[in-house]
Amino acid sequence: MSKKTQENTAGLSRRSFIKGAGTLAAASMFGGVAPYVMSNEKKVLRYLGTAVNQDKAIAAKAKEDLGITIEYIPVTTDEVTKRILTQPNSFDLVDTEYFSLKKLVPSGNLIGMNASKIKEFDNIVTAFTKGEVAGKKIGDQGTAPKKVFYKEGEKSTNFSSTPTEWVTLIPTVYNADTLGIRPDLIGRPINSWAELLNPEFKGKASILNIPSIGIMDAAMVVEAMGEYKYPDKGNMTKKEIDLTMKVLTEAKKQGQFRAFWSDFNESVNLMASGEVVIQSMWSPAITAVRTKGIPCVYQPLKEGYRAWAAGFGLPTTIKGYQQDLAYEFINWFLSGWAGAYLNRQGYYSAVLPTAKANMEAYEWDYWMLGKPAAKDIMSPGGQKLASAGEVRDGGSYETRMGGVACWNAVMDENRYMVRKWNEFIAS
Amino acid sequence: MARQNSSSILALPFASVLATFFILPLILVVVVSFWDYTEYSLIPDLILMNYEELFYGCFDWSEGLCTTFATYLSTFKYVFLTWFFTLGIGFGVALYLVFCVRSLKMQIVLFLICTIPFWTSNVIRMISWIPLLGRNGIVNTSLMSMGVIDQPIEWLLYSGFSVTLGFVHLYTLFMVVPIFNSMAKIDRSLIEAAKDSGASAWQIITNIIIPLSRSGIMIGSIFVITIVVGDFITIGVLGGQQIASVGKIIYVEMSYLQFPAAAANAVVLVSITLLMVAAMMRIVNVRKEL
Repeated sequence: MSKKTQENTAGLSRRSFIKGAGTLAAASMFGGVAPYVMSNEKKVLRYLGTAVNQDKAIAAKAKEDLGITIEYIPVTTDEVTKRILTQPNSFDLVDTEYFSLKKLVPSGNLIGMNASKIKEFDNIVTAFTKGEVAGKKIGDQGTAPKKVFYKEGEKSTNFSSTPTEWVTLIPTVYNADTLGIRPDLIGRPINSWAELLNPEFKGKASILNIPSIGIMDAAMVVEAMGEYKYPDKGNMTKKEIDLTMKVLTEAKKQGQFRAFWSDFNESVNLMASGEVVIQSMWSPAITAVRTKGIPCVYQPLKEGYRAWAAGFGLPTTIKGYQQDLAYEFINWFLSGWAGAYLNRQGYYSAVLPTAKANMEAYEWDYWMLGKPAAKDIMSPGGQKLASAGEVRDGGSYETRMGGVACWNAVMDENRYMVRKWNEFIAS
Repeated sequence: MARQNSSSILALPFASVLATFFILPLILVVVVSFWDYTEYSLIPDLILMNYEELFYGCFDWSEGLCTTFATYLSTFKYVFLTWFFTLGIGFGVALYLVFCVRSLKMQIVLFLICTIPFWTSNVIRMISWIPLLGRNGIVNTSLMSMGVIDQPIEWLLYSGFSVTLGFVHLYTLFMVVPIFNSMAKIDRSLIEAAKDSGASAWQIITNIIIPLSRSGIMIGSIFVITIVVGDFITIGVLGGQQIASVGKIIYVEMSYLQFPAAAANAVVLVSITLLMVAAMMRIVNVRKEL
């Protein structure tokens, strides 16, 4: 279960707010770059990213603490990637997901981040740097952050497998995703990804129509059903893609799915209206359903979670004063206030000790330690997210992040995969 | 000679706008469709791969229809259904407005009423169907409380039915306006003459009104067909994204930076649409009849 403020749930999702329309994408494609005048008197950072960290409260606090004005450029995940590749001058700071790095780093449009300029660098959670949680290895299938964490040099277009001074992204936020369910309409325990394709839920299941993430969820299901064990779900061979899509296509032909969704709000509506009782879902969507007074659980499953992670990067074109400002903001971001803010929404912040210092003990116990809430749990926006006595879905940080099976990924066979996905939709 | 000069000068501004914002981009799309690409870059080239991938398996019927053909078939199914219903309703509405409503003032009032739905965005108009048609929606709950059905009707939403309904709702006006326009130009004395000669209402419609309003019918049809052919929003929202459309495939390819593949798809789509429009223009010479 993850939480998100009302401001965000109102219309924006973590990785995308692809309007079903796609109109925004089109609009930003043609007219997205606002004219910008460089000025040293004004401390302004143009912050490109998706909505998760683009919270008004964070920008307001940054203005108050640092005097830096944050100009958000909120676009979809795919649009972030497109912007970095095609318009690297249109932002000063980008917040993107680790899995896109396989496309971004070879382009040379992102500069290596200097680890020595990051005060809290040594406190960044080991889930990023070593792929470990509490000293134990976690699943690293897909584009696990540790695989793409370091670059060979500041301007290098290669990843480094050993630690260097140059980091691809400075981590900000991450989480473990799973299936969302309507416990009231299902009425029995759910504990496996295989349930998504259980004929019991015929016409009441949904999967997300974003190929690279949808196929990972499908792979979790295929494995859970015992059909096949992937060497790496995040990097399938053509044969494995065929197999996965075949299972999905058969289910679709049998009428298993009510609908697919690609926008956060669609998933909320499907769940809240009872059209769907089990589906792949993102954490803020669960909160949005719950705030309508409808029971919804972010169900932990025995096969584990599909994780994602995001971080800050800088464009190669950023220089001097502007670059110092960006580092100043990043250091502030990791210094605790923003981390606590994210943790209270049910995400995880990259530097835990500073976030802990900014949270009440009962909040920390609930969000991070998986203990029953001592008091009612409120979102940063002041909405009640859980009553006293309730426990977070999936439990503590160590259980949830420790249970990660794979990470969002870009496959080598991405091109083939997208074709196959289109074929699946047409079937 | 002077007249010809001045008319080409007058046409110049619009021609240059068209050339810059339509012809040039279109040429670019064609050019890019022959390029190669990777995850993060476009590679200028002259290859047929994008087209080969597009038509992969299309000429091997043993495996059933290939993705591209299946997608076009599904797209054309909705084009036809939408055209059929919008034409029927649009013609009926225009006929009523022009020939049954006597006062001009009333005609204008009723015509404006037809446009009221256009005061809201078309995405909102689409989405409003969802609470109405859903499993626990208004239609199902009222039918169940009236005892007409015991189980909610599933095919009301996220089905071919809801997609067609959405299209018809959204685009009927595009049919009404041009047909209304051409009907309004029909000389009333023709109809009176027909009546005096003993023609039935049906004969008047088929022998006088339809032939004389065919330019409006054709323009309306072109609007509706070209809009529906490229649509992916309505099909996505009301079809639960389970129904394929060419527009959606292009959209997915673009979001994965596969611009050349998307361009190849677009070239095929534009060619087919142009062929359709050309065929329709052959049936009715719109320019002559306007």
